[in-house]
Amino acid sequence: MSKHDLLIIGAGLAGLRAAVEGVRQGLNVAVITKVHPVRSHSNAAQGGINAALTDRGDDWRDHALATIKGSDYLADQDAVEVMCREAGEAIIELENMGVIFSRDEEGKLGTRAFGGQKKARTYFVGAITGSALLHVLYEQSVKYNLHIYEEWFVTKLIKQDGKIAGAIAFDIKTGQMELITAKAVVLATGGAGRVFEPSTNALICTGDGLSLAMQVGAPLMDTEMIQYHPTTLAGNGILLSEAARGDGAYLINSEGDRFMEKYAPDYMELASRDVVSRAEQTEIDEGRGVDGCVYLDLRHLGKKFIEERLGYLQEVALEFRGIDLSESPIPIKPGMHYIMGGIKTDLNGATNIPGLYAAGECANVSVHGANRLGANSLLDTIVFGRRAAVNSVEYIKSASPLDVDERELSKEKSRIQNILDRPKGMRSAELRNKMGTVMTKGIGVWRDKDSIAEAITKMKHLRGQLPNVFIENKGKVFNTDLVSYLELEFMVDVAESICHGADKRLESRGAHFRTDMKSRNDSEWLKHTLVQFAGEELNTTTSDVTITDWQPTERVY
Amino acid sequence: MEAQIKVKRFNPENGAKPFFQDYSIDVSEDSTILDGLIKIREEQDGTLALRCSCRASICGSCSMKVNGSAKLVCKTRIKEVSPQGETVTVEPMGNFPVIKDLVTEMDSFWSKVKSIDPYVKTNFEPEAEHIASNESMTHLLGVMNCIMCGACVSECTALEVDSTFTGPAALAKAYRFVADPRDEDKKERLGKLNESSGVWDCSRCLACVEVCPKDVAPMERIVKMRDLAIEEGYTNTSGYRHTESFSDSIKKHGRLDETRLALESTGLLNISGLIDLAVIGIKSLFKGKIPPPLPHRPKEADKVTNIAKRLDSEESEE
Repeated sequence: MSKHDLLIIGAGLAGLRAAVEGVRQGLNVAVITKVHPVRSHSNAAQGGINAALTDRGDDWRDHALATIKGSDYLADQDAVEVMCREAGEAIIELENMGVIFSRDEEGKLGTRAFGGQKKARTYFVGAITGSALLHVLYEQSVKYNLHIYEEWFVTKLIKQDGKIAGAIAFDIKTGQMELITAKAVVLATGGAGRVFEPSTNALICTGDGLSLAMQVGAPLMDTEMIQYHPTTLAGNGILLSEAARGDGAYLINSEGDRFMEKYAPDYMELASRDVVSRAEQTEIDEGRGVDGCVYLDLRHLGKKFIEERLGYLQEVALEFRGIDLSESPIPIKPGMHYIMGGIKTDLNGATNIPGLYAAGECANVSVHGANRLGANSLLDTIVFGRRAAVNSVEYIKSASPLDVDERELSKEKSRIQNILDRPKGMRSAELRNKMGTVMTKGIGVWRDKDSIAEAITKMKHLRGQLPNVFIENKGKVFNTDLVSYLELEFMVDVAESICHGADKRLESRGAHFRTDMKSRNDSEWLKHTLVQFAGEELNTTTSDVTITDWQPTERVY
Repeated sequence: MEAQIKVKRFNPENGAKPFFQDYSIDVSEDSTILDGLIKIREEQDGTLALRCSCRASICGSCSMKVNGSAKLVCKTRIKEVSPQGETVTVEPMGNFPVIKDLVTEMDSFWSKVKSIDPYVKTNFEPEAEHIASNESMTHLLGVMNCIMCGACVSECTALEVDSTFTGPAALAKAYRFVADPRDEDKKERLGKLNESSGVWDCSRCLACVEVCPKDVAPMERIVKMRDLAIEEGYTNTSGYRHTESFSDSIKKHGRLDETRLALESTGLLNISGLIDLAVIGIKSLFKGKIPPPLPHRPKEADKVTNIAKRLDSEESEE
């Protein structure tokens, strides 16, 4: 049994930022991650990270207002204030750690424009910002000699006397299962995109942390808020960054028109993502698309500019579609990309379970509300990853020593063994693909009472089939068959929570657009939805949204 | 379309030797090799082990040997390597121990990355960002593109014979700090990289440049660091002596004086090195491989020596 003060689950940006802070605060920190840290999905963020730097005439309040308007007034405004106030310091610190941010003519940090904001305040590294940040945070983890359980898979969180006490996990390389105790745990497991099919998300984005939190009694908040990104490739769902539009690319329909003029005359292609995705879907539905897509057009930007600032997009376009972006427009469509919803936390990342914290995409503070602005996700991970660790210090100091019952481990070992011993049946991929289709159909860009009800029924049925899934691989070493099944169990919890959140919210707001209730209803629904296990069943409730300085008004772009 | 994929399998738990297994799968025209492998794992054979995650060439998980050479399988289309439906052979990366099937043990890879002190070192904490030109940052984008997939290490011919060599990935990473204008440890870094297992142990075979899926060009970074090390005054290496002797010989004789090159590279005061060299010399003699003690002078050697001299004078003008 290994003992730590602070155990961080996940080694993406939120997890590594929390870990570095924990070490700086003098804690015994360990990180546990199912893939090597640099394989984490923070890599995929391309465009940049937002911050209002006051020394160049920007104001964090403008950033906050853009974020709140982007959220369709569902974000908690005290949380947005924290994020936008701390953004400047976070960027400077990242630069000091070694991030090779693009520079302006004076050699200071340079910016590009991004969606939902009039002012260019997105700091970036080519079109590999997430990757550049992640590798630098990994460098810091080497500098601080961080203890990392690399390629370990967490199956369960452990509670003792109502407080978090650690986790049970196995080493994927050997199959060896261990009880790892910790006075506090930070969940930083990222998103759950694989619940949908297709998705821009990596295959590892299976909502592990969301389910782990639910299993110990933490509620998820605003799960219905699923972001469909406006520019993804049809078929495999691979992402083309908003940086393209930030740097001036157009969206055009089959008639060659820049259709955003009709939907967002002021912001055009740089309206909020939910607005752009709905505009695209409308064009496609009304017959002005081609094979279910519209086009992203970069031709006027020129080859040199594209290769220097948007090199990774050019690589994706060439490799996956054989298209040179400087020569032809590329077909794109809205694709599932991000969950605004997640484990409900306070401003310090704390959940309702003593000792359990969450940060990054798996958490919901809430700063993104009903729609996240591009380049606010990296900021969210850095600001709230750090805060979770800082705020765990006091709790850890006052926490009593742990004495976890070792029988927890043998119970979990036999649960896993029982799964391995199941007779031949259906493969987990079959069930996962069915789930993906159900969720994309039911909880899409558009949704209504019937589509949501159908998704709920079908997901219930699919949950019932979980015990029929069998594991063909009975070995201990690198058993990805077993890992995929355990991920599927997590995903089913998340999928059902998304359906129930969508069913609860009787209005349209941000990414949750109901064709049967098309308008926002502030008098009844300026509220968060909460989904939580009550025994075997999922229970939904609501809580109030925190409004500070910005009263909800009509949202026009 | 129907694709034939032959996969090298290995399971440490059953005591059997590695073997090849053939799979036949139905895939679409634009499927990648990764799509194919996932399809095999999900529909035919749950025991197949591989690493993969992003599917978009950014996470670096899925580097493997395809038809004998390392590739990121997520960005390699089946059609590309098998235009007529030929069988595609997939094996784990080379120069790495295999854990299971296509999964390799990368511990030594990461410890080499850690050995180069992979973080920016500055002696002060600025209150704002460091001021740096955009060009200096854009220049580093090339190496920051590295996703640590290991393809270069898999194909490295120097590592194949010397497992202590730091290797192309870790050395490319080292360049990222050596060339970072913010780093204040450049001289010390170059000193360390100049030691045995460092930049001079690369055999300049270009394999890493050829297979890198992100155009990081590790070998070019290594060569650049040799120049930088010399500029910093680190000249007591056989690598440096080799380059000097090489160019002297060309300037003098218009061709390579191999005997002299061997002696001078080793160092004329390096007694133990010279003894080792003598042993090799004697062995070569018996195999008839020893070069003539005095180099044969080519007919128009003057032309070559003139070129060499002109290059020298142009360089000094610059």
